[in-house]
Amino acid sequence: MLNRVAALGKVTLDAIAGAGAALFMLMRALFGKPQLRKSWPLLMQQMYSVGVLSLLIIVVSGLFIGMVLGLQGYTILVDFGAEQSLGPMVALSLLRELGPVVTALLFAGRAGSALTAEIGLMKATEQLSSLEMMGVDPLRRVISPRFWAGFYSMPILALVFSAVGIYGGYLVGVRWLGVDDGAFWSVMQSNVEWGQDILNGVIKSLVFAFVVTWIALHKGYQCTPTSVGISRATTSTVVTASLAVLGLDFVLTALMFG
Amino acid sequence: MESRNTQLAVGLFVIIGILALLFLGLKAANTNVLTNGETYKLFAKFDNIGGLKERSPVKVGGVVVGRVSKISLVGDYYEPLVEMTISKEYNEFSDTTSVSILTSGLLGEQYIGLNPGFIDDTVEMLEDGDYIYDTKSALVLEDLIGQFLFGQGND
Repeated sequence: MLNRVAALGKVTLDAIAGAGAALFMLMRALFGKPQLRKSWPLLMQQMYSVGVLSLLIIVVSGLFIGMVLGLQGYTILVDFGAEQSLGPMVALSLLRELGPVVTALLFAGRAGSALTAEIGLMKATEQLSSLEMMGVDPLRRVISPRFWAGFYSMPILALVFSAVGIYGGYLVGVRWLGVDDGAFWSVMQSNVEWGQDILNGVIKSLVFAFVVTWIALHKGYQCTPTSVGISRATTSTVVTASLAVLGLDFVLTALMFG
Repeated sequence: MESRNTQLAVGLFVIIGILALLFLGLKAANTNVLTNGETYKLFAKFDNIGGLKERSPVKVGGVVVGRVSKISLVGDYYEPLVEMTISKEYNEFSDTTSVSILTSGLLGEQYIGLNPGFIDDTVEMLEDGDYIYDTKSALVLEDLIGQFLFGQGND
């Protein structure tokens, strides 16, 4: 019995220690003396590998999700003679929910796992320690540019996802199924608001970017430096980040649209 | 020159993002002047506002000219007061203008309909902060059915 209680205590202490370590890592990586000339090329390099290389999967999945929304929405709305509401349905579900959330999930799988594995391997091969030996702070040199790259890339990716998805809905709804072209766009325009829908979607994706990148970097930085440890950390990144995104999405939706 | 190619790719990436935002903003969202253009406020008291909400449209002959910006209860008798924010583009309403709460379609959302009044030398134009006194409340279906049944009983 006492062992059980002790085990519970250990789990709690580990969780608190982990959260504290993650917070300290983030603080030390982000709040240092900014060195724009040194960090700019590093940021560009990471924006490329985190953002630009994720573009393809975002565009393709955005297009298909938009097309599926158009198809499913049409078959239901046409029963009520309300197929002109297809435009706002596709646009609102993409801008408010699917754009930020699916982008964050794909980002966690595509870029988050890569970040964890990369940093984990750096740790395992003692590159991080070597940097410290040379008097270079690995948090500022390695973690910080990756964090900012993820933070800036995700909103851009989410916007691209929504835009491509709406185009996909347009292709299926208007070009294939014959919803009226003018009605599709004008009903959409009268229902979508800048502040309420587009801005809130961007805020959501900024929050998700923060959380997903932070989790990925922390898992990599704190992993056990063995092959098993790296594989566990990578899996844990995808699982934790996905759960965090889905949970936070509910909270944010309740705050924004509740 | 790998870093130059990287910078080029990132630059393109950012441009694609801005294009997506422009597409969403200009093609998908309403580019109505009301969200950023100059506006003025008008007030109207109703007996019953039905299902009117903040941000409901204010229309003249079906054309959106503004939005409901605030709904509150005022006075000793708690009368609903509706604050309407209307685009400066349409600032020539006379004080004989009437407002009514209408429903778009049978089951649609409720909106405010403005009926511009006549204009001659004796009437004044509505300005920022003015009240419109000629108001017609929302039709509440339950009240209508109640009145109908009551009327039937008297015959």
